[in-house]
Amino acid sequence: MLGAAVLTTLSACGAAPDAQQPAGAASGDAKGKAQPGTAASVADLGGMDALVAAAEKEGELNVIALPPDWANYGEMLKAFQAKYPKIKVNSENPDASSADEIAAVKSRKGQKRAPDVLDLGIAFARSGAAENLFAPYKVTAWDKIPASQKDADGRWYNDYGGYVSIGCDAARVSTCPQTFADLLKPEYKGKVALNGNPTKSGSAFGGVYAAALANKGSFADIQPGIDFFGQLKKSGNFIPVESTPATVEKGETPISIDWDYLNAGYAEQFKGKGVDWKVSVPSDGVYAQYYSQAINKDAPHPAAARLWMEFLYSAEGQNIWLGGHARPVLLPVMTQDGTADKDAVAKLPQVQGTPSFPASAELDKAKATLAEKWDKALS
Amino acid sequence: MSAPTTAPRPTGTAGGATARRRRRGPRTWLAALPLLTFTGLCFGLPLGAIAFGAVTRTDPTTGATAVTGEHLARSLQGPYLGSLVGSVQLSALTAFLGGLLGVLIAQALVTSRSTALRGAALTASGVLANFGGVPLAFAFIATAGISGVLTQLADLTDLGWNLYSFTGLTVVYLYFLTPLMVLVIVPALDGLRPQWREAARNNGATGRQFWRHVGLPVLAPSLLGGFVLLFGTAFAAHATAAALVGGSVPLVTLKIADALSGNVLTGQENVALALGLDMILIAGLVMAVYLPLQRRSARWLR
Repeated sequence: MLGAAVLTTLSACGAAPDAQQPAGAASGDAKGKAQPGTAASVADLGGMDALVAAAEKEGELNVIALPPDWANYGEMLKAFQAKYPKIKVNSENPDASSADEIAAVKSRKGQKRAPDVLDLGIAFARSGAAENLFAPYKVTAWDKIPASQKDADGRWYNDYGGYVSIGCDAARVSTCPQTFADLLKPEYKGKVALNGNPTKSGSAFGGVYAAALANKGSFADIQPGIDFFGQLKKSGNFIPVESTPATVEKGETPISIDWDYLNAGYAEQFKGKGVDWKVSVPSDGVYAQYYSQAINKDAPHPAAARLWMEFLYSAEGQNIWLGGHARPVLLPVMTQDGTADKDAVAKLPQVQGTPSFPASAELDKAKATLAEKWDKALS
Repeated sequence: MSAPTTAPRPTGTAGGATARRRRRGPRTWLAALPLLTFTGLCFGLPLGAIAFGAVTRTDPTTGATAVTGEHLARSLQGPYLGSLVGSVQLSALTAFLGGLLGVLIAQALVTSRSTALRGAALTASGVLANFGGVPLAFAFIATAGISGVLTQLADLTDLGWNLYSFTGLTVVYLYFLTPLMVLVIVPALDGLRPQWREAARNNGATGRQFWRHVGLPVLAPSLLGGFVLLFGTAFAAHATAAALVGGSVPLVTLKIADALSGNVLTGQENVALALGLDMILIAGLVMAVYLPLQRRSARWLR
């Protein structure tokens, strides 16, 4: 982890000189080009140099809900700051939820403190776009993002994601479970946890969805997943503790269903601390989910927001997510053209097949079912 | 009973008290203006906002707002109703147990001759009554959780102990509710004059008769007040329960958090507001029982 941090910082420093724009360029280039707030692509602004100049003129970027220990966001912020030292990044409420982000956009409309860019759960990206909260913007790499993972108008597009995985402390559990079916075995009594409450936490919701797929359910039918956890609860295997780095380190949650990038991160974080964290993506319930990026339509720093997006979807930004064990949306393309960090790819938990995604209506139905039935199944 | 009469009135108002006081009415009202403004701003406005949000719906695309009873209806159905019931059950149980334990401890302190013990116990109560939230939850996870010290030492799991359940949550709540009860009930017990007990004994009353006919009736409103306070504290608690049981014990505060600031459910904000309104109504009902009784007891305990 440290090595990666040093590398990223170094490469970011190496790239810094092209950020040094002559100060005069910033004032002169606005003529005849779109204002940053309406620019739908970098071409609208007159190219990358003009975008950098405009962003540096704004001098600030407000981000929200980017936890430093989640998918390598700490590195991401550092690298951006190092590459564009003239832009001050204000990171607000790192542990906020998607709902908090949308609330911040709405309640601070027109204020300097409003968030510029958002990292949202897919449902919130869709509903936010429907409410017309986001600015359409197509990053340079737009065409490389698969059509199923972006809004046709460019109001949101997937950024990074991962698979539901089973993390397991091999120092405390003699045989680590490999599938959802394994979790029902009596030897895992009092050991299986989720990362939160699935009616609130996206990763826990993913865990239930994956369990549904493992138990003859489908994207349209999450009920078998709820029943599965009801069964786990009844057998005493399920514990309702929300797994966090602290509970993992303490051994309170010896088996944790979570995103593979978080579980893989724990494995690295707790090496040599008495925690032998193994990660497997269960073959019977393969479920992947991506988060999405969006630009606030009323972003107080529209150019900086767009520059941040370009940074995220550059090879450099995508590789930083990859360094945090997350799977960036451009990974397939980058593996083909050789820009993906091979060491980081090798460290990703193994998965067979390609992910498929639930349609909007299926997702809504699954959530409604979950909200209705989860309590009863678990109490 | 001629016991504590009211304190003598300040000399300035002596003579023609009622008439004079009435004339002074408007000016005293003016003095309360900052308080009223504060109350209006800090309680009235949010209450208004909650009530407004609970009974209206704003269309996300057009932005038009219309009145609807849908959110309130949903907040009283299915899992939402279950969470309200769960919260009331947990709060009532913990308030009752915490109140009982608190009174017993407080009575022991009041009758104890050791001022050192009394001081230490009251200070500890003051600290523990404010020990809540995630730190408390984690303290319990570390001691009595699945891999907790105590659980490991005493094999509690084999005895059927499970911290992450209704029972576990009850025990955790008692940890801060009991000291709170001690704090609020000690002054009331102090107010129970020894002379009353002596008088009762002189008239041939047994200890039980004293408590039945004098002690408890005088204390009743304070006891009930303590219960109401404990109920409210438990009813509104969120962080401890969230860290401890997640979604497996249905509680209304957790449901509100899910609907208001989650990563999963979209467009549930108004149901959360409706649930908030339900909570306020329940708290109001409990207060409505308490206030008249409290006024009655004020006569005795000054």
